[in-house]
Amino acid sequence: MPGAHHRAAHSTVTETHVITTSGLTKVYRSRGREVTALDGVDLHVREGEVYGVIGQSGAGKSSLIRCVNLLERPTAGTVTVAGQDLTALAGRGPRAGRELRQARSRIGMVFQHFNLLSARTVQDNVELPLEILGKSGKERSRKALELLDLVGLADKAKSYPAQLSGGQKQRVGIARALAGDPKVLLSDEATSALDPDTTRSILQLLRDLNRQLGLTVLLITHEMDVVKSICDSAALMDRGRIVESGTVGELLATPGSELAAALFPVGGDASGDDRTVLDVTFQGEAATQPVISQLSRTYNIDISILGAAIDTVGGLQVGRMRIELPGRYEDNVVPVGFLREQGLQIDVVNEVPDDSGAPDAAAAPAPLAKEGAK
Amino acid sequence: MTWSQMQPLLEQASWETLIMVGWSTLIAVVAGLPLGVLLVLTDRGGLLQNVVLNKVIGQVVNIGRSMPFIILMVALMSFTRWVTGTTIGSEAAIVPLAIGGIPFFARLVETAVREVDGGLVEAVQSMGGNTWTIVRKVLVPEALPSLIASTTTTVIALIGYSAMAGTVGGGGLGDLAVRYGYQRFEPGFMWITVALLAVAISIIQFAGDYAARALHRRGGQGGAGPRLRLLRAKEPAAADVGKVA
Ligand SMILES: Nc1ncnc2c1ncn2[C@@H]1O[C@H](COP(=O)(O)OP(=O)(O)O)[C@@H](O)[C@H]1O
Ligand SMILES: [Mg+2]
Repeated sequence: MPGAHHRAAHSTVTETHVITTSGLTKVYRSRGREVTALDGVDLHVREGEVYGVIGQSGAGKSSLIRCVNLLERPTAGTVTVAGQDLTALAGRGPRAGRELRQARSRIGMVFQHFNLLSARTVQDNVELPLEILGKSGKERSRKALELLDLVGLADKAKSYPAQLSGGQKQRVGIARALAGDPKVLLSDEATSALDPDTTRSILQLLRDLNRQLGLTVLLITHEMDVVKSICDSAALMDRGRIVESGTVGELLATPGSELAAALFPVGGDASGDDRTVLDVTFQGEAATQPVISQLSRTYNIDISILGAAIDTVGGLQVGRMRIELPGRYEDNVVPVGFLREQGLQIDVVNEVPDDSGAPDAAAAPAPLAKEGAK
Repeated sequence: MTWSQMQPLLEQASWETLIMVGWSTLIAVVAGLPLGVLLVLTDRGGLLQNVVLNKVIGQVVNIGRSMPFIILMVALMSFTRWVTGTTIGSEAAIVPLAIGGIPFFARLVETAVREVDGGLVEAVQSMGGNTWTIVRKVLVPEALPSLIASTTTTVIALIGYSAMAGTVGGGGLGDLAVRYGYQRFEPGFMWITVALLAVAISIIQFAGDYAARALHRRGGQGGAGPRLRLLRAKEPAAADVGKVA
């Protein structure tokens, strides 16, 4: 697998938006009760990227992805996929008209519980979308076998889903989703029913397909590891709203980003009240070690390192270090300014909230927290 | 009564039962299957949601199912005469049997189709399939083991009804048992007839179970295991959620 990964490790992302939702709102009404699952969601997924939507259970992630192919009718707002306004195609009634069904056949979808037909063989499952598209028997079987080969299940064509492991079932689900040559693949918790090893191999498969076929993948998950291992961009959902979004690089460079902190946590608590704790984030080749020692020498202060890590997030080399300076924040304004001048991203971890001269870094988390609390 | 006297009577009656039950089952399945599927589709939240139609079909089916067969038979006399030209004989008995069998089978179909995992329907919708495709490629094939079991149940119920139809001139094994056992007091002959019916029912039940299990084995992991939906993993617990908020 690593070989395959490196062979096609170039990004396929372009600046064209292939999925756009604007003002997407979904209100479920049942027995007089109303639940607002989506509350004005604006989502922009670029062509060729893997976009992860993460959030807690009940945040509205499934509602969002099901609105993208109109399995769920939005209450308000629009959905555009590959330049086509699906909300306009949907029509009035609850049933999908021919145009919407045609559009759906160009959007692949994989599911948490695989949703394979137990009465059909693996190959017949993969052929199903092609039957719906009206392809001939010969063409169907050629395409199905080709796709099964692509997902590494050529030898299971004649098996029934019940004879497969969870990971194999999801590979069949992916092969089936690709049968209509979609530009876009939607994945609703595709790895949530799988063990960690299988999860990794399925994510790797999605990544390879994304790179090799230029497939745009919109995936939703409640696991940060999924975002960390394959996403180019991510959005954090809470109570029907997107509270943060951007490319992984942008998120990591956003001071106070909850997603960045979760994607790349560093531990370590202040050793006393009279200390300033800073998170220093650097990307790519930036070397901090000289900067830290320079800081120490220039201002003659003792710096303790509470925690540090270097990791790859969304294909980017990222390092983060949590350091502690003696004295309160007010006493350290100059050293912090020095670090920022070196091009490092500084988040103040233990800043006093009512500090009137709060720098941007410390002010940023506040609006996010407020938005989430609504 | 000697065996040579009994044999032609038994042969004739078996044949009549076969005709009555065979035809009425066929009609009950052909008409009950779409009705049962329609009951699911038109229900609230169904693919063809139509509350009025659903209520109407549901009521008709309920009335048909709760009506004692003997009353149904009498009530349908003029209809039977209109269809077959007579109200006596095996052919005439097919009419009330079939009409009694349709709602019986339709309810069983409804239950079987409701058991099909909604996720499969959604998967086919996401591929661009229409309602008809969903019925043909998902609902019926996935419910097939249950539908076969339902057919077995219907055949056995119709054998029971056919005994009643027999007593009012339909013929068949049930009629034979009543006439010789009750009216002419030939208990030996009656028991032979009863045994024949019991054997027929056992064979049908066995064959039906076997077919249903063979199909299910293909889908499940051998044997008539728990239904597919019970095998599925549950949605991950909220506690697993990554610490993001
Ligand atoms: N079909 C439905 N009817 C009523 N409420 C629903 C329905 N589907 C989802 N909801 C509600 O909408 C909210 C968002 O659900 P969902 O989109 O499934 O969230 P997630 O996938 O993030 O867990 C939840 O409060 C859920 O109970
Ligand atoms: Mg969900």
